[in-house]
Amino acid sequence: MQTFSGVGVAPGRVLGPVRQMPKPIQEPHANVNIPADVTVESQAQRIKDASKAVQAELRERAANANGEGKEVLEATALMAADPMLVKSAIKLLKHETPGGARTAERAVWEAAATVAETLKALGGYMAERVADVLDVRARIVSELRGLPAPGIPASEVPFILAAEDLAPADTATLDPAKVIALITSGGGPQSHTAILARALGLPAVVAAAGVDGIDDGTEVYVDGAAGTITAEPGEELRVAAKVWANQASTLAAFTGDNTLADGVRVPLLANVGTGADAVKAAGAGAEGVGLLRTEFCFLDRDTEPTVEEQIAAYGAVFAAFPAKKVVVRTLDAGADKPLPFLTNADEPNPALGVRGYRTDLTSPGVLERQLEAIAAAEAAHEAEVWVMAPMISTAEEAARFADLCHAAGLKTPGVMVEVPSAALTAETVLGQVSFASLGTNDLTQYAMAADRQLGPLATLNDPWQPAVLRLIKLTADGAATASSASGQAKPVGVCGEAAADPALAVVLIGLGVATLSMSPRALAGVAAVLKTVTVDQARELAGIALAAPSAAAARAAVREHLPVLNDLGL
Amino acid sequence: MSERTATIASRVGLHARPAAIFAEAAGELDLEVTIARQGEPADEAMDAASILSLMSLGASQGDVVVLRAEGTGADEALDKLVKILETDHDAE
Repeated sequence: MQTFSGVGVAPGRVLGPVRQMPKPIQEPHANVNIPADVTVESQAQRIKDASKAVQAELRERAANANGEGKEVLEATALMAADPMLVKSAIKLLKHETPGGARTAERAVWEAAATVAETLKALGGYMAERVADVLDVRARIVSELRGLPAPGIPASEVPFILAAEDLAPADTATLDPAKVIALITSGGGPQSHTAILARALGLPAVVAAAGVDGIDDGTEVYVDGAAGTITAEPGEELRVAAKVWANQASTLAAFTGDNTLADGVRVPLLANVGTGADAVKAAGAGAEGVGLLRTEFCFLDRDTEPTVEEQIAAYGAVFAAFPAKKVVVRTLDAGADKPLPFLTNADEPNPALGVRGYRTDLTSPGVLERQLEAIAAAEAAHEAEVWVMAPMISTAEEAARFADLCHAAGLKTPGVMVEVPSAALTAETVLGQVSFASLGTNDLTQYAMAADRQLGPLATLNDPWQPAVLRLIKLTADGAATASSASGQAKPVGVCGEAAADPALAVVLIGLGVATLSMSPRALAGVAAVLKTVTVDQARELAGIALAAPSAAAARAAVREHLPVLNDLGL
Repeated sequence: MSERTATIASRVGLHARPAAIFAEAAGELDLEVTIARQGEPADEAMDAASILSLMSLGASQGDVVVLRAEGTGADEALDKLVKILETDHDAE
């Protein structure tokens, strides 16, 4: 038995064989001296053979796929042995080619790059195929080098996927019927791997050094709550996985109307991006939407969507929650979500740049048109619409946003609290608006000055950090003072990943948070734990967490007081 | 040299599934077939068996293309390929 430990980011206890994600393919070197005995003919043959082999493999996968996936694989298989691609690669092997003779690997790399550029320039559907061309290129180059094909490994049996970290592109091809857990040596609690795992409900452990070296096929036990991975587990852990499997099926039902043990209502809401997400969230029992990410309507576009398109997109979400609360976050572009018509890609420090609400400074009008669309969509539906701006740093910004909302006819303006300055001045900020929502992912990254995506900083990038918990408490306290001063309730919610951690959810309620919004998958687990505690107990646990000397100590101390977590495997 | 013109029938134009069906059919022939937009010089025509070339041609529904091939069986082969281009595969 060998044990690896990391940061547990999505609960669950499972057992299965490991499959390693191949390392991303490196660009072949240019200007390599080609030995005199290597002929153009032999290299051309290698390219032809490799492209045929890749084509055969993709065809075989297409034969086992269905629907749209099958069509994509069939088209990609054709690209792999495309005569134009192969011919232009072979041309690059010759000495008389400008730039001189290339290695077979380099020739394929450059030939595919040229094709990709042509398709990109055509825009639209063709530009979307660029990813397929680059995927085919990586496969042919891997074949030439005798390495396993890049991407999530194909497997007949369900497996535990091990990797350094997953990229957003990998996550699109992940089949949740085959992958039963994710374990990575890099990444942090807010990395793409973590967010994906929570969205799919897959147990996951990140920043677990050494797991990218586990041999393929090794049987491991993953505990996504404890953050541990055990190779060749004993009988006890096998039983634990079985018990979890039984419990998971009973946990799956959340029926809405979440209450604490003393009957106090704590609405559990969902984070959604599209109308389809909203329908699923409503089906999972969500009592409303705590975070509608509107940028999904804007991403992958060269120009701003029209007001009409936006009305339709927001309306599709509102329609899923009649008479329920839907909190719309205005466009949050910038940093890891660049938009060509709104953000500047050359900023030296994008996380501290013109992002979120700040893009209104450089591209005025976009926000006003968005508010107009939200108001029109609200008028056409029954949902109770609240609107909040991301990346608010000052009370002045909050006041201006509230003015814009009122001018558009939107009655409930609010702010995201992600910047520590907004948490520190919560009383004045909340004096200007009707509510606040804590974005704990960014709040943590800014409070700890630790990039969300960096594996080595995972322990800093933890919402259990006492500094982060204090900022949350300051926000809730400031809002309470602003409420009494104005005579109007000014609730504070949490819509970051922190709300999906059942133990942390208890602490958040104890700190004074009124609602929690999360990936719909997490609703049942959070509800199951909240119903076992009273408000007073939650406050006591929040006090314990605030007084802890470290994030790990805070988590451990709170978990110790919540034995239900262990019983449920959460 | 045999030559045929064809009008693209598929609603999405000559890419995605229609392009895959056509490239595959052209690739199975023992002849080299080229494709170009009508009015473009024959020496700029592209390999009809290359799905990447077909995609970069960017032909939409209603566009007219010219197919060319040389050798035995060229006429029959081109007739077969014209038929594929003039079928709306998205309607199936």
